[in-house]
Amino acid sequence: MRYAGGVDVGSTQTKAVILDPSSKIVGRSLIDTGANVVQAAERAYGLALEEGGIEVGDIGFVIGTGYGRYRVEFGQAQVTEICCHARGAARMYPSTRTVLDMGGQDTKAIRIESGGDVLDFCMNDKCAAGTGRFLQSAAAALDLDLGEIGSIALAGTRPVKISTTCTVFAESEVLSWLARDKRIEDILAGVHRSIASRSIALLRRVGIEEEITFTGGVTRNEAMVAVLEEMIGATLNVSPESHYMGALGAALFALERLEGGVTAAAVGAGEEKP
Amino acid sequence: MITAGIDLGSSYTKAAVVDGEGTLLGIGMRPTGFRLEAAAEEALAAALEQAGVSRADLAYIAATGNGRAMVSSRDLQVTDLTSQSWGSRYFFPGTRTVLDVGGHTMKAMRVDGRGAVRSFRLNDKCAAGTGAFLEKTARYLGYRLEEIGNLVENSKEAVAISGVCAVFAESEVINHVSQGREPADIMHGAMRSLIQRSVQLMKRVQMEPEFTLVGGIMRFPTMVRVMREHLGEAVNVTPESLVQFTGAIGAAVLARRRLEKLEAA
Repeated sequence: MRYAGGVDVGSTQTKAVILDPSSKIVGRSLIDTGANVVQAAERAYGLALEEGGIEVGDIGFVIGTGYGRYRVEFGQAQVTEICCHARGAARMYPSTRTVLDMGGQDTKAIRIESGGDVLDFCMNDKCAAGTGRFLQSAAAALDLDLGEIGSIALAGTRPVKISTTCTVFAESEVLSWLARDKRIEDILAGVHRSIASRSIALLRRVGIEEEITFTGGVTRNEAMVAVLEEMIGATLNVSPESHYMGALGAALFALERLEGGVTAAAVGAGEEKP
Repeated sequence: MITAGIDLGSSYTKAAVVDGEGTLLGIGMRPTGFRLEAAAEEALAAALEQAGVSRADLAYIAATGNGRAMVSSRDLQVTDLTSQSWGSRYFFPGTRTVLDVGGHTMKAMRVDGRGAVRSFRLNDKCAAGTGAFLEKTARYLGYRLEEIGNLVENSKEAVAISGVCAVFAESEVINHVSQGREPADIMHGAMRSLIQRSVQLMKRVQMEPEFTLVGGIMRFPTMVRVMREHLGEAVNVTPESLVQFTGAIGAAVLARRRLEKLEAA
């Protein structure tokens, strides 16, 4: 039995997925990346193996993805997170044609064909506006947990209009709305709308085609899902696995390599293309 | 005839009191917070106390800065550009280009010999290129903004920092730290990237000498040194203790001019 691993080292969190030969998820993990990227990759991988009760020796191939993919020192290859999210989304929702990946520091709109090959993509490359980080800043300004702001935002009835683009300035804008006696629910609802509208602009640049699959850490935020669905006018595919989509895609690529007869021993690290 | 200027900035509120000859009598500063009116009153009270002037002797108040409309005691409102132009000329009458780097904005303007603003450009959408960029970078390194002045004095070689986004700078900083680069050199690199952005802005207003640098960020001597290297020209910098007060002083001077005109009429 040869298992495959995928490790997605994001700017904020590191995710790992272990697949059995039938491509079933047998282990997964999620940790904060922190300052030591190499260690984060090792730790996430170790935790996923532990959850699956799998020995390192049973793993035939590991692929790294995400911004820290070259720091996955035990991996045999690297694949961009764009390809991995596409592949993961296509596996979980085969009719996916558009993927929206919203992470800690970047948001990507990806158009794919059946099977998960990438046709086009667009991302915020210049700045952190419209990413999960904006939510984090808003939460910090209000002294709330990132995990609780979604449910609070859902209670907003009259969202404020957030004019700030910059994530750094979001904090002071949130405070200025508080100073004007706006309800926290309405401020947070406004914050969610502002991020949603930026990511919809990205989606439009690649073309929105159903089905749309939402991936990345922000998928856990129910208000973001709701406001995106409302503003796009379509249902999004979201599951508890959405947070792990990049790691899942990487593990799927790794499994393909194994099936194609490529083993860890046969390749050196540093290879890019799947 | 005593007049005052109050500059409600995004981070700090500054007040200045001048006499009929335009001599600076006192200054005061408070964090702006979100009670703008209170910050303005407290800063003004501190400036009056330093000047040894009672509130009743104050003939005219001009407010400036992005919170200027919140000062209900004002007699006059002037834009930041105008007040910075007059404040710069208060110290350096030959000023033709002013660069103002504050907590949340960066502004470049060209002024004529009479203090009128001829051209200006500003960056207010993005924290890159503002004091917030340095503050964030310092925080990622585990330093407070007040500490970075001394820190960068020890730098031997600046690390290249892209300076595109204050949030992305975090990952950059972490990468440099993990590669063993010195915090002083990283901070120095952040200052360089900030200066590069400001020189771009100054070019867009067709800068010409004399150059005057204002705003809280210019209290770091390294910033001024790097700017001088970049421009290859001398730069005017307000005395360190007054570097944050140019706008307030400019507003106070404008308040006096307005009052003179009113009284002459």
